[in-house]
Amino acid sequence: MTHQMTEPILSIRNAVKRYGSLHALDHVDLDVAAGEFLTLLGPSGSGKTTLLSAIAGFVDLDDGRITLHASDITKAPPERREFGMVFQGYALFPTMTVRDNVAFPLKVRKRAASEIADRTKECLDLVQMGGFADRMPHQLSGGQQQRVALARAMSFKPQVLLLDEPLSALDKKLRADLQWELKSLHSQLGVTFIYVTHDQEEALSMSDRIVILKDGCIQQQGAPGDLYNRPRTTFVADFLGKSNFIDADITGRHSDILHCVAKGAAFDVQTDNVDEIGNKARLALRPERLRINKPGVELLAAKVSQVSYLGERCQVIVKHEGLGDLLVSCATWQTGIKPAPGLEVSIGWDQNACVVLAAD
Amino acid sequence: MTQITDNFRYWILIMPALAIMIIFYIYPVLGIWQISVTEPEAGFGNYVRMVDSSAVRTSFLITFRVAAITTVGCLILGYIVAYTIANFASRLTPLMLALVLLPFWVSVLIRSFSWIVLLGRSGLVNDTLRDMGFIDAPLRLMHNELGVLIAMIHVMLPFAILPMLANMRGISDTYVKAARGLGASEWTAFRSVYLPQTLPGVMSGVLLVFVLALGFYITPALLGGGRVLMISEYITYQIQEFLAWGLGSALSVALLIATALVLLIAARFVNLRSILLDRK
Repeated sequence: MTHQMTEPILSIRNAVKRYGSLHALDHVDLDVAAGEFLTLLGPSGSGKTTLLSAIAGFVDLDDGRITLHASDITKAPPERREFGMVFQGYALFPTMTVRDNVAFPLKVRKRAASEIADRTKECLDLVQMGGFADRMPHQLSGGQQQRVALARAMSFKPQVLLLDEPLSALDKKLRADLQWELKSLHSQLGVTFIYVTHDQEEALSMSDRIVILKDGCIQQQGAPGDLYNRPRTTFVADFLGKSNFIDADITGRHSDILHCVAKGAAFDVQTDNVDEIGNKARLALRPERLRINKPGVELLAAKVSQVSYLGERCQVIVKHEGLGDLLVSCATWQTGIKPAPGLEVSIGWDQNACVVLAAD
Repeated sequence: MTQITDNFRYWILIMPALAIMIIFYIYPVLGIWQISVTEPEAGFGNYVRMVDSSAVRTSFLITFRVAAITTVGCLILGYIVAYTIANFASRLTPLMLALVLLPFWVSVLIRSFSWIVLLGRSGLVNDTLRDMGFIDAPLRLMHNELGVLIAMIHVMLPFAILPMLANMRGISDTYVKAARGLGASEWTAFRSVYLPQTLPGVMSGVLLVFVLALGFYITPALLGGGRVLMISEYITYQIQEFLAWGLGSALSVALLIATALVLLIAARFVNLRSILLDRK
């Protein structure tokens, strides 16, 4: 799904937030399209939560502007911004029943009692919590609380939903289930989601677009596939999935093929990058793009030093004389060889498997 | 060799405290109960006299009224202090906590005398007001219920603040943030989300202050100047001035029962176990 950026629902221009000498947000520009599932992804301290808090109105920007539907909300208090919010740890009001929690945004908007009752039921049914309306939050499991928090956030039909690491407190399996549900809820409602997470798998599986932040700056943004396959910096290549990094010298060029040499290994890379011959280039290679085979079959000779069996995949660390340790991830059901520590192997990759990174 | 059971350890550990309670508290209290039905002659004469006496009724009325107003005053002042300390990060927080706790290290007697210095006819308050030209004649700030209330509220304030503060410090600020993010104004967020969560702290503060105030002696005796006769002082009068041990004891029993009744009624509305035993 692509979203035309003709008329962004939410715009952030030149957002700056300092805490002392630390730049939590360092001149951030961001446009969010209506109906988009946008994920702010980054390690802790990257500014993703600060950015979401600034959008929600809990953090005052030192500089910059936020517009929603072309109206300036930079200085508006949180309650005037009309976002639906799901908080880290859910923040369900402990003294209210599930029903009252979901009804809360409607009550403070002084909606009619009948509308409140109908809408509350509708939202609880939507997240399959209809049977729990009279429970108190502490009587629910983490996943159930999560669902109620979601119902509460959307009860007043906001056009934008802000979600702050909503799944981080759940165990892995439940998290995976809820990712599917969130995704389908998003396409059902047609609401814009702005989702903060530090979990790259979560970001990849749900988003239309991922914005990767580091030190208060946007590093790169794009659709999950684009970001994964075409990372621009070492940080992105390393943070989104795993990568092997090779520092190589560019020795020649033939249309879109670069000839590279790195510590005794010579190989070609397919790229549209226009690097000069003689320059240094940093290459990123995804572990799953590496092939492992019997000695002599592939490009480089190497020796297996560690094997980690993960069920459907197998992670192998091989050592190459010049390049050092390389991580290879291969499907366990199709390897021609059984990797074991000390085994002599050869490794190789397709010309288009390498990505040339920009200098950090 | 046999193992010492946990049960046995339990009794060994609480025995010293339990023994002291029994010897120096429960046994004397039972003695008081006995005196109340044996002095000056056997029977319930003391209780009959107590119920018939209008002075006793007045004293009980004053006691409950002073305790109630003290409680309300402590609740309002204490809630504001506790709320401020718990919700505003400040470098002054440790100092504020120290100021709340400081009165505990000064005897009630000294604190009550200080109020006499402040509130007397030519005390600091009256002198200042007169020097500034606000009043001509000194205000009567003590030897009446007003003086008792001012001093009582001051003395009791920490008992109200501490349980409320302990409770408020356990409330995460995400709830109020959540409420505001979902469209509630600051006031609505406080009233419908924050306040209900502080009620356990409020209830334990209220109970603590009210029950302590019912039996308070020194402060009302000093600031009341014999004109605000709360029940403890009335009992002292009976025993010290009139040597009426029987009636004094009967009044003590009545105060004990009244206090127990307050707790019993409170227990109908709130979970005492969670208020008095669990501190979150």
